[in-house]
Amino acid sequence: MNYPDYLYLLIGMGVVTYGPRMLPLVVLANRKLPQGVIDWLNFIPVAILSALVAPGLFTESTSRSFALGRLELLVAIPTLVFALKTRSLGGTVVFGMFLYWLGGILIT
Amino acid sequence: MRDGMVGAWPICLGYVPIGMALGVLARQAGLTPFDIGLMSLLVFAGSAQFICVAMIGEGASALSIILTTFVINFRHVLMSSSLAPHLYGVRRSFLALFAYGVTDESYAINMTRFRQGGWDHWRALVLHHSANTTWFVASVTGALAGSLIPQGAFGLDFALPAMFLALLVYQFQNRIHIITALIAAVVSVTCYLTIPGDGFAVIAAIVAATCGYLLQRRRDRGRGA
Repeated sequence: MNYPDYLYLLIGMGVVTYGPRMLPLVVLANRKLPQGVIDWLNFIPVAILSALVAPGLFTESTSRSFALGRLELLVAIPTLVFALKTRSLGGTVVFGMFLYWLGGILIT
Repeated sequence: MRDGMVGAWPICLGYVPIGMALGVLARQAGLTPFDIGLMSLLVFAGSAQFICVAMIGEGASALSIILTTFVINFRHVLMSSSLAPHLYGVRRSFLALFAYGVTDESYAINMTRFRQGGWDHWRALVLHHSANTTWFVASVTGALAGSLIPQGAFGLDFALPAMFLALLVYQFQNRIHIITALIAAVVSVTCYLTIPGDGFAVIAAIVAATCGYLLQRRRDRGRGA
């Protein structure tokens, strides 16, 4: 790939990345949304966070196959319990990292 | 200013190993540190950048890379839409700048903070740019120096999953939210395994949010009657 082509590629990627982030904000933030839409949007954070994190725990990404018992899942369970008990973001991140690091050592 | 930067620290911690890994791979695909830095500025989107670098390595066409990027990043439509009520009445020029930094990670933190209160759009913007700066520096450093951090060091690879788990817990306002999360997880994993491509998160989020919304409506009606 030569240089102008690479720049066009980046600009194209930039546009299709920025557009979907910008348009809903600019269009929606300046009008009163119907209560039904607000109620529905209220469920988007919990739904999308769970949808993003789950495949990383329950599947093998290289073969895209179901896998129970990966280190990610084994560490995620106590990490989730820790998050529920403490409600601490920083504590959960450090706790999860520590367990993952420890698990990596124990496995190898 | 400080609140936004402090709020960003779990993201920054998680971005360091991932950004550096991206830089290393970009170098292997024949990109210079300058190329990857420019990409991190123009296209601030982690997973799309990884796939772009892999596709460049395979000699894919620009058009197919751009289309793939669009599909992967389409989920941000949902995130921006649900951020919108928290940014009601904010100036359009601010929103245009703010939109640049909407990522899975910054969205998760900002949404949580907005709901907890004591958060505003300026803090949210500082958080965006702290994350973006870290991402830029990490990806360039990875391309310049290879991976300075050995693979798997300090469990850094688990920083972002742990952050997402904690932020997920913050979203549990009542039982319906927990049910919604479970539905999203099941649908997402099922789609991930059965449908090729990257639609799984968007499909699962829409299905689960709709289920949650309908459950809540049924409960409210039950209470009203």
